[in-house]
Parts: sequence; structure tokens; C-alpha cells
Amino acid sequence: MATIRVREPLKKLAGGESDHPVEGATVAELLRGFEGEYAQLSGWILDERGHIRRHINVFVNGEPGDEDTAVGPDDRVDILPAISGG
Amino acid sequence: MTELFVATKKGLFVYDGEPGAQFKQTARAFAGEPVEYALRDPRSGRVLASVTSPFHGPKVWYTDDPAGEWQQAEGVALPEGGDAALERLWVLALGEGDETVYAGGDPGVLLESRDGGLTWGLNHALWEHQRQEAWQPGGGGLCLHSICPWPGDADRLTVAVSAAGVWHTEDGGETWHRGDQGIVPGYMPEEDREAATNLCVHHMERAPLRPERLFMQFHGGVYRSDDAGESWTNIGDGLPADFGFPLMVDPADPDSAYVIPLTADIDRVTPDGRVRVYETRDAGASWTPRGEGLPQEEAYLTVLRQSFCRAGSRDPLELYFGATSGDVFGSGDAGASWFTVATRLPTVYAVAAS
Repeated sequence: MATIRVREPLKKLAGGESDHPVEGATVAELLRGFEGEYAQLSGWILDERGHIRRHINVFVNGEPGDEDTAVGPDDRVDILPAISGG
Repeated sequence: MTELFVATKKGLFVYDGEPGAQFKQTARAFAGEPVEYALRDPRSGRVLASVTSPFHGPKVWYTDDPAGEWQQAEGVALPEGGDAALERLWVLALGEGDETVYAGGDPGVLLESRDGGLTWGLNHALWEHQRQEAWQPGGGGLCLHSICPWPGDADRLTVAVSAAGVWHTEDGGETWHRGDQGIVPGYMPEEDREAATNLCVHHMERAPLRPERLFMQFHGGVYRSDDAGESWTNIGDGLPADFGFPLMVDPADPDSAYVIPLTADIDRVTPDGRVRVYETRDAGASWTPRGEGLPQEEAYLTVLRQSFCRAGSRDPLELYFGATSGDVFGSGDAGASWFTVATRLPTVYAVAAS
């Protein structure tokens, strides 16, 4: 299983853990599974359309990814806030 | 004691105080996050807040103690798998049912809660109008911002959307119809104005003692309806400008309304550098400026649509408003004189009092 890695505030909503092994062949499948595992997380990373929220960045083993990026069992997926705001 | 909820671009600020005395800040919550609106429901004592994280989207939170822990409400979303996402929640409003609460937001969304704000669902009938009629967003998005229950009748509700006009239901939200007759959108070519449906309502309030009467600040014009919002008459003569965002009423006087005019749509600041609230006590036949205690020199403030409120139904009427400058003002005598509640806050999005 690939590992999703999150930081606050997602970490708190995901049982206080940073690393989460999740099944899935793409980033989208992983994120759907991850949000489904923790009810309070629903909608925090993916919007209702199934898109990664605009100001969230996803990296697969350090490389930028999107919903369709393939993920292998040993991969690490970091979920990080984008550089944005004001 | 008045409890004031000031929702800002960088968190929620809560104050306690009495008109004329210093207000004390009792809580700051959601530090750094845009808080769109917050209120305390007097029926339950629960505080509700709508917060739109730029990273994680819009949520509703609730607590009994705004200085303590907050819980995330459930169901604050559009149907999954569609082609739209909830962008922002502009307002929360108490309904007529014992535990009914509404939330209005972008894109033209009315959410309903029947358990005091813990769980939410979409009003599908109004959503279908949005989907089928391709409502047009205003400059701030496609926001459902005004929610006016009918006192004593939980089936009747009127809402307003920028820029999709006024909508009524008389069957508890099962069906909806427009109520736009007489509104003149000056931003459209003359030949298109009568048939236009892209009506940019800025704020709407109902007169509680005469519920068939509503007042509206439009994107160019202040209007009154005496037939439950089916048709509207411009009552803006006598104001220094017909542009502005917020509007408030005195619940004890159905002939009353207050507006805070801004210079024009291309210059959205208080006219002539003077901050003045305009009051009518004759249903819009005449307007009187109320500026005592407010900045009267070099003060170019913008007051947004949710940033003007009253404290319940108290006599004398208490009024409060906040500006994008981070200033918050209050009046304990129905607007005759004003005092400063707070300064140097982040951009004020909304003010609610209880």
C-alpha cells in the first residue's frame, strides 16, 4: 500500500497520525479512500466533483502529482497546502 | 449585555459589552481563516460559524463556547459526483422551526439544518432552478446572501441571490418562484431591463411586524415591497447615493430601514469621506443621515452586505456595523449616536449580535 502523509490540520482529523497506508492505483483513488476512512476529513482534500482542491498540492515521492498520477505500493504521497493566500 | 460576533478575513472575534461602554474581546477563533459569518442561536445557546479555508473549502462549525473547542457540522456540501462544488457560505440565518437554521452560499446555494446546525442538507428545488437557468454570478460570486423567514409560518421563506434576484417559497422549500417585478437593473441596456433576471440584489430584510413588507439594497437603488416581495418600488430618492451593500430594519417599526450608502459601483467607499448611516421612519419617503460619533473626515470605508446588524429586538434599538478597514461601530439609541467597538481588525466580512 502507498502511504499518504499529512500535516495539521489534516493530521488531527486523521486520528493524530501523519502517515496512513491506503489502497489505490492513482492519487484520486488514494485520496477517496483516505477521506472515506475518516468522516471528519470528507471534503477537506477533494471537492464534490472529485477534484483536488485548488490550493492543495500533492507530491508523489517528491514529484508534483494530480488526480490521475499512478501510485505504486511503495510510494509516498504528501498532501501539502499550496503557496497562496493573502 | 450584548455579545458581538465579528467575522473577518483572518478569524472570528467575539466581544461582550454595553452600548457606550468599552467592549471586551472574549474570544478569537479560526485564527488566520476567512470566517464568513457567525451567530449565537438563542434557542439552543449554540454558536455557529461558517468558515471558508482557502485550502480545505467551506465548512460550518459549532460550539457552546466560542473560546473553546469547535465541532465540524456534517453535510455541508453539494451532491458528490456533479460538476459543481460549494465555494463559500455567505450567511447563516435562524428559521421558524424550533431548530431550523439556514445557510446561504456560492454557487446560489441554500442549505438547511433541522437540528440546530449539526447536520445540513441542500434545498434541491432551488438548486434545480440554479442549474436549469444558468444563474449569473455577481462580482463576489454567485452568492445567496439574504434569508428572510416569515414570522410564525415555517413554510414561507424569501431569499435573495446576487445576481439572480428574489425567490419565494410558500411550501417549505418544495417549490420556488421569482419576485422581481419593478426592480430596474441600470447595468443592463434599457431594452433588456424589464426582462432581465440577472438581478444583483445586495441585501434584503423583512419587517417582522408587517411581514409582507421587505426592504432591499440593490446594485443601484433601494427598494421596498408591500406585497411579500412580489413587486418592488424604488425608495432611494433622498440618499446621497443609490449604491451600497447592507441594510437593516428596526423590528419594532415596519416603516423603518437603515442603509449605509457608498459613492457608486465604481467607487465603493463612503461618500465625501464621511461615514453616515441613513435612516427612514416613513418607509422610504424620506431619509435622515445619522453620523454623530462616526468618522466625518477623510474616512473612505467600505461596509459589506453582512456587516450591519441589530441586537435582537431590544428597545432602544442597538445597531452595529463593521468595515473592511477593520473598524466596528455601534449605536445604543437606534442610530442617533455611535461609538467605536473595535479598530484595527482584519477586513470585516460580517457582524452579528445577540
